[in-house]
Amino acid sequence: MAVFGTIEWATAFMEAINSSKPYEEAAKTWEGDFYFIIEVGGAVKEPGYQYVDLWHGKCRKVDVVTEATKDKYKPEFVLSASIATWRKVAEKKVDPIQAIVTRQLKLTGNMGKVMRAVKAAQELVNCVTQVKTEYPE
Amino acid sequence: MQFFGVPFTVFGDDSLQYLNTLIGKRALIVTDANIVKLGLDELVRAELKAANIECQVFDGVEPDPSLQTVEKAAAIARDFKPDWFIGLGGGSSMDACKSSLVCYGAGIGPLDMSPSDFYNLKAKARLICIPTTSGTGSEATWAIVLTDTEQDRKVGLGSYETLPDIAILDPRMVMSLPPQITGDTGMDALCHAIEGYVDTWRTRFTDGPGLVAIKLVFENLKKAYDNGKDEDARKDMMYAASMAGTCFGNGMAGLAHSTGHAIGGLFHMPHGRAVGLYLPYTMEYLISGEDETTGRYAEIARFCNISRDTDDKKCAKALVAAVRSLAKSVGQPLAIKDTNIKREDYIKQMTGLIERAVNELMTLTVTRVADNDDLEKIFTCAYDGKPCDF
Repeated sequence: MAVFGTIEWATAFMEAINSSKPYEEAAKTWEGDFYFIIEVGGAVKEPGYQYVDLWHGKCRKVDVVTEATKDKYKPEFVLSASIATWRKVAEKKVDPIQAIVTRQLKLTGNMGKVMRAVKAAQELVNCVTQVKTEYPE
Repeated sequence: MQFFGVPFTVFGDDSLQYLNTLIGKRALIVTDANIVKLGLDELVRAELKAANIECQVFDGVEPDPSLQTVEKAAAIARDFKPDWFIGLGGGSSMDACKSSLVCYGAGIGPLDMSPSDFYNLKAKARLICIPTTSGTGSEATWAIVLTDTEQDRKVGLGSYETLPDIAILDPRMVMSLPPQITGDTGMDALCHAIEGYVDTWRTRFTDGPGLVAIKLVFENLKKAYDNGKDEDARKDMMYAASMAGTCFGNGMAGLAHSTGHAIGGLFHMPHGRAVGLYLPYTMEYLISGEDETTGRYAEIARFCNISRDTDDKKCAKALVAAVRSLAKSVGQPLAIKDTNIKREDYIKQMTGLIERAVNELMTLTVTRVADNDDLEKIFTCAYDGKPCDF
């Protein structure tokens, strides 16, 4: 069991992605890296930044940085939400695209590019469900 | 948290007169050359003149508007500095208008807009949509469909701020629609309402407009197609299209739109004809999946007096048959082989069709998510006109 937002969790997520054939197929042309930001609120006292670099159906790198070190990466996309929203997405209680559309999940980056890769996004969420997760709530 | 939005809607005879009550200085009308040729822009300009609002017309919108067209309209806006944007036409003109407002108001490219962002567009200009077809429902939604011409692909975009402030449904604007466009666009409205009523993003608020829209289309589309001068049928189709827009725009469309967009991008089939053609096949596919969607189709069939059977599946299949019957009665092809698309060209593009459809959000917002193999079967059934009974 890994705590969401930690390097242990990110590493387990990377392993889940890299062993997913459906993700590999759906994201074979995807090129783009992300910050998944956990916003302050509840048990989260300072924002968490998970860096995930996705490239042609594989995850090339993950990292976890803090507010102070967030300039280490300049990802193409930033997705930001409360821990409660991340949990709803991870547990498939809300569709990630629907969460973006209803502003529960805030996206910075080219929405058009994301909208051309919805199948990959769905498979990415399927990878999240493969990780045994504990939430800091 | 869920949202439900509708524009302030002015409808019925002489609705365009509402424009002469507007307060503002300049209005940019975004439309196409055909609307100007028909003189429909003159009706709008006359009302704006009465309100002392200066007008400029951009009539360069093409069917399936490109990103470049939107940039051109935005460039005109940057010089003209309008406080009103008016989308006048079918879905293409209204969507181009919405996007150019975002480019102008937010200073970004069309592909950069995101529902996550707040642009405060109203501080610069407000948005009116005036449909001249009865199908797209764009006047009632924040959704935008543009075409990336480099990739032959339709791109779904939008922002909550692209929900029009005002929709004006004046029947004069649709009285001269030719039968073929009446049929094509009417099937689009039916598809929006049926898909919006069953999609997984639906809410209690989308049910009502969806059901009423479907009933109105079944009751009025053939009348409007057979006799374009039937004012009552024209009005009801106009209202149906807008309600259908409210339904799917606050939920989502479904698999007929994913497959329809795919063929629209590759073969340039008119949008309404494409989604209407795939609708019965995708309905059959969904009926073979979850009972939930079959039950929703049955509700539609009973509400529209298509079937009173107590068996949901029989009701749902009766609805599929009614969709096909209506489509046939308004001059729609029931299979791709009945269009000008050759089998060898279709087969050659099968990978592209599947790749486009599988990456459409609307493939995922239904209760049975099609994978590549299923999509190939759906596309094949639709070509040959065979039932999708797997």
